Parts: sequence; C-alpha cells; structure tokens
Amino acid sequence: MILGLVAILLCQLAGEFVVRLLGLPLPGPVVGMMFMLAILLIRGADSRRGRIATAAAPLLKHLQLLFVPAGVGIVVLLSELRDDWLPISLGLWGSWLVGLLVTGWVVTVLIKVFEGRRGEGS
Amino acid sequence: MNWAESVEWLRTSPLLGITVTVGAYAIGRWLHRRTGSQLAQPVLVAIILVALFLWVFDVDYADYLIGGAYVGFWLGPATVALAIPLHREWGHVRRHAIPVGVGIVVGAFVSVVSAVLLVQWSGGDELIQRSMAPKAATTPVSIALAQTLHAQPALTAVVTIVAGITGAVAAPAVLRLARVRDEVARGLAIGAASHGLGTARALQESPREGAFAALSMGLSALATSLIVPWLVPLLLQ
Repeated sequence: MILGLVAILLCQLAGEFVVRLLGLPLPGPVVGMMFMLAILLIRGADSRRGRIATAAAPLLKHLQLLFVPAGVGIVVLLSELRDDWLPISLGLWGSWLVGLLVTGWVVTVLIKVFEGRRGEGS
Repeated sequence: MNWAESVEWLRTSPLLGITVTVGAYAIGRWLHRRTGSQLAQPVLVAIILVALFLWVFDVDYADYLIGGAYVGFWLGPATVALAIPLHREWGHVRRHAIPVGVGIVVGAFVSVVSAVLLVQWSGGDELIQRSMAPKAATTPVSIALAQTLHAQPALTAVVTIVAGITGAVAAPAVLRLARVRDEVARGLAIGAASHGLGTARALQESPREGAFAALSMGLSALATSLIVPWLVPLLLQ
C-alpha cells in the first residue's frame, strides 16, 4: 500500500517535472499516468491485487470527491457571468453535446467496420 | 471561554475545509444511494452543499481552500492511478487503436469548432469565443490554452468544469438515448467531452468505460492543445 503510494507520487513528480522541462502542452499528472502505464506494461504484473492497485483503489473509488474544491470555486465565479449567459450556455452545452455524440458515433461505426474486416480475414 | 478566538482558529485551520468537503461528499453519496437519481451525483451535491455552507457562514473561497486544497491535491495522484484500469484494458486499447485515434481527433476538432461557432451565432463576443474553445480539455490544459489564446482563463475554468459536471450527471443517459452502447465508444465519448469529471462517472458505470474515458481524457487534452492554437484564429475571421 505505502510502496504503491510512493510509486504513484513518484510518477506524478516525474510527470510534473518533465512537463516543465520540455514545455509539453499536457498536465503533469496526465504524463505521470503515461509513466505509470509504461511501468505496468513493462513489469507485466497483475495490476489487480498488486501494491499499486491497492493504493490506487480508494483514490479511484472517490474520484468525484477530489473535484469538489475546484467545483466550489466555479460556483463563486458563476455570478459574474450573468451578462453573457446565453452565448456561454449555448456554446457550452451545445458543443458538449456535439462533442459527446460525434465521438460516440464515430467510434461505434469504426469499431463495427474494423471488427467486420477482422471477422472476414479470419 | 473565548468564542471569537476559537472561531478565528476554526476559520483559518485546514480542518474546517477538509471536514466540510468530505462531509458534503458523504451526504452526496447518501443522497445518491437513497434516491437512485442520476442527477444526484455526489460531486454535484457536494459542490452545492459546500457553496451553501460558505454563503451561509460568510466564508471566503480563499479561506475554504486552506483545507479544500488538501482534498484537491489528491486529484493529481488519482489521475496517475487511472493508469491501473487503463493497464487492465490495454488489450482492448491496442485492438481498437484506430477507432480510438480517429475518434479522439474528430471529437477534439468538433468540440472546438462547435464551441466557437455556437457562441458566434448567439451573439457572444470574440473574447467569449476564444475562452470557450478549449473547454473539452481537462482543466489545467484548458486554462493554459486560454492563456495562449489571450482569452479569459477564469471563464475557461468555469465552462470546463461545468462541461465536466454535465458529463458526470448526464453523459451516460444521453449516450443511451443516442444508442451508443459499446463500452469503448461510451468511455471515449465521455472522456472527450467531460475529461476527468466524466471519467469519475464512467468508472462507476464500468471499469472498461472508465479506462477508455481516462485514455480519452489524456489524448483529448493532447489533441485539443495541438488543434486550438491554429484552428481558433481561423474560426474567428
């Protein structure tokens, strides 16, 4: 558990450092996630019951909790947006819907196309 | 007895912010279980309760963050921890490499274009258009992109987080209505439109959906930051 937590923190640390070092357009923790994935893939160990998985489980189970402080911050800002509420809400929710549906449909279609081709090939 | 001094200690101690945050989240979870309502996502309930608390007791957001920051800190390690479901699903990721890659690039592209054009059509000025463009990327990336676009980072932060909350509350139901049933497609769509907050919800739907949402959040952040700097100036003309 503790060793797993150290591994997670070290990956984040490396991610944050590399992002700043190379000026990457990504958050440090996302690069840390890639490092962690690389370690797990190289080790090839069962990630279900390992030390890292044990440390990760409570963080992933309560991921929603960790967004609360940032979310409260935006409630404070909401009152300042009143003047432009129409273009902002239309742009926000319209574009959210378009992004969600287009991605979902494109991937669904592509998976069918490639599965079909694979099925014919075998 | 020293009431004023004790209250002052409480106000500036991290303990208060942490207790209120975790307590509000516990109520959110209880309400979610009790009502079984999709709308009662613990994160949304907790945000509303904490905001109410700050308003009723007249606490500044900065004072709340003395404790709140301790909770928010763990978002970084939790993002790293998303590698674990991703590793478990790695076989599926490799098998669907092309749908994943194409879906994410298309998703990032339409998110940026539709955000800018919808604001344009509904009479929003250029500053709002620029501030809305990167909202599908995860918060630290969208704020950084807002800065490179000379937009309003505070507005970008708001719309990014609201896009995330919307996904946590509504994305699974909307995808069901749109007949997107494949878990890979659902996860990718949620991560592309609602980044980490959507991923938190997708993880509760299924481990596979969560893994693909995590992957999509990371790759969409990358795709958005590669697309936004040249696409947004084109759309504004």
